Amino acid sequence: MAKKQDKKHADSASDKAILDFGKAQNYTPAPESTGHIRLKKQYELFINGTWVKPSKGVYFDSVSPSTEQVLARVAEAGAEDVDKAVKAARKAYTEVWSKMPARERGKYIFRIARIIQERARELAVIESMDGGKPIRESRDVDVPLAANHFFYYAGWADKLEYAFPGKTPESLGVAGQIIPWNFPLLMAAWKIAPALACGNTVVLKPAETTSLTALKLAEIIEESGLPAGVVNIVTGAGATGAAIVNHPDIDKIAFTGSTEVGKIIQKAIAGTGKKLTLELGGKAANIIFEDAALDQAVEGIVNGIFFNQGHVCCAGSRLFVQEGVAEKVIRKLTDRMASLIVGDPLDKNTDVGAINSAEQLKKIQEYLKIGVAEGAEIYQPTCSIPTKGNFCKPTLFLHASQSHRIVQEEIFGPVLAIQTFRTVEEVIEKANNTPYGLSAGVWTDKGSKIFNLTSKLKAGVVWANTYNKFDPTAPFGGYRESGFGREGGLHGLLPYLKLS
Amino acid sequence: MAETRKKTTAKAVVSVNGAAPKTTRLNVLKTYKIFINGQFPRTESGRYYPLALKNGQTVNVCLSSRKDVRNSVTVAREAQEKWAGRSGLNRSQILYRIAEMLETRREQFIDELQSCGETLAQAERELNASVDRLVYYAGWCDKYTALFGTVNPVASSHFNFSTCEAMGVVTVVAPEESGLLGLISAVAPIIAGGNTCIVLASEKMPLSAVSFAEVLATSDVPAGVINILTGQRKELLAHLSNHMDVNAVYLHSKDKAEHTLVEELAALNIKRSVCEYVADWFDAKEENPYRIQQFLETKTTWHPVGI
Repeated sequence: MAKKQDKKHADSASDKAILDFGKAQNYTPAPESTGHIRLKKQYELFINGTWVKPSKGVYFDSVSPSTEQVLARVAEAGAEDVDKAVKAARKAYTEVWSKMPARERGKYIFRIARIIQERARELAVIESMDGGKPIRESRDVDVPLAANHFFYYAGWADKLEYAFPGKTPESLGVAGQIIPWNFPLLMAAWKIAPALACGNTVVLKPAETTSLTALKLAEIIEESGLPAGVVNIVTGAGATGAAIVNHPDIDKIAFTGSTEVGKIIQKAIAGTGKKLTLELGGKAANIIFEDAALDQAVEGIVNGIFFNQGHVCCAGSRLFVQEGVAEKVIRKLTDRMASLIVGDPLDKNTDVGAINSAEQLKKIQEYLKIGVAEGAEIYQPTCSIPTKGNFCKPTLFLHASQSHRIVQEEIFGPVLAIQTFRTVEEVIEKANNTPYGLSAGVWTDKGSKIFNLTSKLKAGVVWANTYNKFDPTAPFGGYRESGFGREGGLHGLLPYLKLS
Repeated sequence: MAETRKKTTAKAVVSVNGAAPKTTRLNVLKTYKIFINGQFPRTESGRYYPLALKNGQTVNVCLSSRKDVRNSVTVAREAQEKWAGRSGLNRSQILYRIAEMLETRREQFIDELQSCGETLAQAERELNASVDRLVYYAGWCDKYTALFGTVNPVASSHFNFSTCEAMGVVTVVAPEESGLLGLISAVAPIIAGGNTCIVLASEKMPLSAVSFAEVLATSDVPAGVINILTGQRKELLAHLSNHMDVNAVYLHSKDKAEHTLVEELAALNIKRSVCEYVADWFDAKEENPYRIQQFLETKTTWHPVGI
């Protein structure tokens, strides 16, 4: 079945992609130099302001998903190490951070923001090497947003009483934070900045495939002079995360990752009194109406699903096109996809970089098979992909239906399932027919339709005539099984405070 | 600064008397000029007033004219839309940059505050508070709309929201008794909100204001956003209040008659006027987002919700 469909895919590619530039599209490579960066061969754990060897002496490799080279060896924190980090965070909280005037706390966070800006290029290059995302994205999105997030929350540190009139905001204590591999530095910023601004100390664990920029952030934190123990960064995999979640002296858990793990965490901390925020999976509907500016909408579809190889919890992975323009939109979309460049994440021409890990690539490939087996029609452009490293062509599934697994389940890759609809009521029904509720997109030239949909879509973020926009001032987070709590904006303070 | 001049003069005298000078180098003295459109002209009137410093030295300070006020209003008006159009984040970073630049020049400011009569401890305290106040308002630039803006639950089928916008061009009569902290406390919230301004510095303590203009000139503040004049309050108060292309006026004064004058002249074109007297600018209560809000307009937008 799969073999037959592969052949069909080749046929549909030549049928559909009118704009096939062939070799004329081959850009001269424009790779970003890696000469400017400083990477150590081995990274220890950042605990209490110093670099500490893991108690069990275990290390793991951080591998580039594009070159498959080992970039550095990273310490694996065991339960003893996590305990050490929590103790350091508790001590720093009790003795220093909770006593420091809010204004001074803010000034440390401003410093961190400034040093990130100063070292932006190094961080962007390492992010792309370690995680596989195109340098254009790490340079123009991840790193500046991370710096801005610190800058934004720095300003809140001495203004908290204005955010919650009539209440006295107080810090919680020690926050345990577990972040994913899709936006490694940015997620660290989303977690650490509001926690510190609200007066908490932090134990943060980056994802095991993307530890490096979090460790560079630890260096930056050292450089900023932040008191020892206020931020501790422990590297490792699921077991390290579990040790954080289950540590009795942690007051708050913030987790970004899969809904599956989110449920385990929510259950694990039940009854402990720990405060929790979860930012989990998504299966966002991106809805194109007949009256939309179609060329813009096509750009939005591409950005919605192929940004960061589709490793985005809010990716617009379900496309709903109104019937009258479906053919046109799909033609424009396949034309546009023919010009996407898949390849070296460090190349400034690259649109779609490397899949973050071999494991994730395998999962995506399984979904491609499932989609075909379920009867959807697969389309991929004829572009070449590197033979080495984890790469996946941008993929569409036409004629998908609500019951398909590729429509119901989060793939977390560059795979778009396309359905059509006739009426507003129908598309709202279909869009909301998912356990998730993180985000949605609406494309129409009619403002009243936008506001009608924003009020009816069960999603924490709705983008109208745009997609995948993020800003430190804008709250982000989900409905339903996409989690609870918001990150960003005034709302993003609440998860790190108790109001009395 | 002034002390340097004193030393230099002493050396020059020795030299004239024929004794071999220990050093031949003569210090270069600073001319205190005004700040309009990012540049440092002298007043167009060519006038000055002598300012006696604590150490016995005298400096010549620009005695700005009505024409200087009018020139400043023109450039402030030109700069305003673009300044307000910058993102909150960008304004925030620029205010933070001002704080960075002020901090790095702390020795100069402490020296000048002392020459205007403060003790070392007072001058240090004022400088520290001034830097921190800039950082404080830097933090508000991308936040006040989240406090003062609203989504209004109207009973009809409309999406209705109110946002904040800058008033426009604001004239500022800065506190007379607090040459640096008072000036910054008055001006920072005004520009944080996207307004541009023309500031009349303290008449008795203008040195910090002029040096602060030098800080502004190296802080990525666009030309025309803050214009600083030195001169006589008595002469310029009416001109700052009656200009028809000014949207709001801020007066810091103890004198009730000055309040009345400004409020009456403001009525010419329905200027918003804020007249107050703050006894202690160090008081934490004097830094708050309502100082930004008082120079903001509220704009409400209606949009239908439906098919």
